[in-house]
Amino acid sequence: MEKSFLENLYRKMLTIRLAEECLIDPILKGEVKTPCHLYTGQEASAVGVCAALESGDQVFSNHRGHGHYLAKGGDLNRMLAEIYTKETGCSRGRGGSMHLMARDCNFMGSAPIISQTVAMAVGAALADSIKKNGQIAATFFGDGAAGEGIIYESLNFAALKCLPVIFVCENNLYSTHLHIRECRPGIPLYKIAEPFGIAAAQVGGNDILKVYEAAKIAAKHCRAGLGPYFIESLTYRMRGHVGPDDNIQGQHTDIRPQAEVDEWRAKDPVMRFEKYLLENKIFDKDELETVKQEITEKVKKAQEYAIDSPRPVVSDLQKHVFE
Amino acid sequence: MSSNRKLKFGLAINEALRQLMESDPAVFVIGQGVKSPWYVGNTCNGLIQEFGEERVIDTPISENAMSGVAAGSAMNGLKPVMNYPRLDFMFYALDAIINGAANWRYMAGGNSNVPAVFWGIINRGGEQAAQHSQAIQAIFAHAPGLKVVMPSGPYDAKGLLVSAVRDADPVVFLDDRWLYGLEEEVPEELYEVPIGKGKLLRNGSDATVVAISYLVPEALKAAEILAKEGIDIEVIDPRTIKPLDMPLILGSVKKTGRLVIAEGAWQSFGVSSEIACRVYTHVYTKVYTLKAPIEKVCLPDCPAPASRSLEAAYYPKAEQIVAAVKKTMSL
Ligand SMILES: Cc1ncc(C[n+]2csc(CCOP(=O)(O)OP(=O)(O)O)c2C)c(N)n1
Ligand SMILES: [Mg+2]
Repeated sequence: MEKSFLENLYRKMLTIRLAEECLIDPILKGEVKTPCHLYTGQEASAVGVCAALESGDQVFSNHRGHGHYLAKGGDLNRMLAEIYTKETGCSRGRGGSMHLMARDCNFMGSAPIISQTVAMAVGAALADSIKKNGQIAATFFGDGAAGEGIIYESLNFAALKCLPVIFVCENNLYSTHLHIRECRPGIPLYKIAEPFGIAAAQVGGNDILKVYEAAKIAAKHCRAGLGPYFIESLTYRMRGHVGPDDNIQGQHTDIRPQAEVDEWRAKDPVMRFEKYLLENKIFDKDELETVKQEITEKVKKAQEYAIDSPRPVVSDLQKHVFE
Repeated sequence: MSSNRKLKFGLAINEALRQLMESDPAVFVIGQGVKSPWYVGNTCNGLIQEFGEERVIDTPISENAMSGVAAGSAMNGLKPVMNYPRLDFMFYALDAIINGAANWRYMAGGNSNVPAVFWGIINRGGEQAAQHSQAIQAIFAHAPGLKVVMPSGPYDAKGLLVSAVRDADPVVFLDDRWLYGLEEEVPEELYEVPIGKGKLLRNGSDATVVAISYLVPEALKAAEILAKEGIDIEVIDPRTIKPLDMPLILGSVKKTGRLVIAEGAWQSFGVSSEIACRVYTHVYTKVYTLKAPIEKVCLPDCPAPASRSLEAAYYPKAEQIVAAVKKTMSL
């Protein structure tokens, strides 16, 4: 793999990480109010999948969507402005954290109603297939979402019509306060694709290169007209279900054992990739430091842009309900 | 028993659930977050410790099937209280609730029934935007086989939940997180607030305000503001959306000749429209007159916005009720 490609993966992951982390303080201070389901810890998943997609391919996302948006190429300034609910945001401050959209790069939207957008991705793939445009769709959803019937209905239809869609299930072991073992029988999640004859793989979701390889296979499969593909990405969120950390905030009781959190912290996907880049001498320390500074600066500027932007004006309240 | 013990809204529900489960082994709680210490406020505190996982069931994210599960258990002798932490999640449940539970008795020619409670919590504000804000009582009230209750305070919350659980038919119980901070006297024993009975909260002669759910405390605030200006309003809380306590509302409107309806839901095709329609029909047939057109204080026909600047204009408060009352008085 070329250095520039690897650098790009690293830049994307770091941008997501720093963009998420810049929100912690403002959330605690109440400056950011829209509920933020932070993506910290899961960066490799979004970046790995999106790196295997073309710009014309469509991506759909869920409540934990900041990383998906940025990985697909959504504008950082406009994302932070949306989270600060400003008129300059990607959804003009109407949607907030859970409704990011970037049609310019075919990030088709995120929505918090669990599994809603999965069927929409199948619909986008249906359009791709009817238009024969060679494009494919991908949809991100969590392990908890696999509780909804819509997932199985979507898998069935996608398989039936041989649609070019990648189902990306980000299994972070929790659905709000419930461990996955309290939500499903102990069968690996990717196996839900099996009865529909859908090709499926489970991948270590904190290893960017592994995710990328899996997604490349999936995209090739879809583009070759072989039908849908299912990826289960094993990962972990390093922040609370919503907001910085259920434990630290003291309002919520996070049920995740500290030992488990620590175990996953050691598998931090950004640090892991940094280590890889250094050990394989793709980057030296100084080069990495330069990239870090650059991205830190970029996120800082974007946050300033968001803070300085105006909020929507009340006279525009009912604008955008219809054309 | 002490009669002046106070409870907050969420704990009044908690007490109702605990006492209902203690007194009737058929009652159980099922829903998302019922074992969580935060997901559904403090409404389910301690229940799992007391009654075990068999009677306090925290479910996977499966609203459609779980609502059917609740309905089926009710057909087979249990009394489920099915919780939804937000009404927005109930769209997935509409098939089981409306196609299924609501129609069941009639489809069976009266030979079967579904004594289930579907309890949804309105949860909005805080820049949560369109899919985490909706109040869809009108959709439930539209279905013939459903009763719909919307308590505005702890006393009614406990009493209506008891009545809902004891009802032989499906009841949709809708409360609002904005009310969870309210505290008032709540009897320690089990008691019922009858379904279909509204409450006169304040006597007045100049105008009637019928307020629902979170707008009830706002209407009482509006009454105080208006009183300072010499305007005397009557405040009615229907408590039950369906069946509506029309005698209470009509009696008041007959007295005051002016009506403002305050409901925190979209203004078109809502409960407020239904109340207005019934009042107009009644006024026509009983040949007494309204002194002014009916005013509605509702949400605009617009999805909930995220930005706090828009939210502030989106959700009506006492101020809008005051303005509406004045409008009926041409002030
Ligand atoms: C239909 C619906 N039901 C319930 C919820 C509440 N809810 C929001 S996120 C969530 C858990 C989702 O878990 P998962 O899919 O694993 O995603 P994660 O949060 O772990 O990324 C739940 C239950 C919802 N948003 N939509
Ligand atoms: Mg999860």
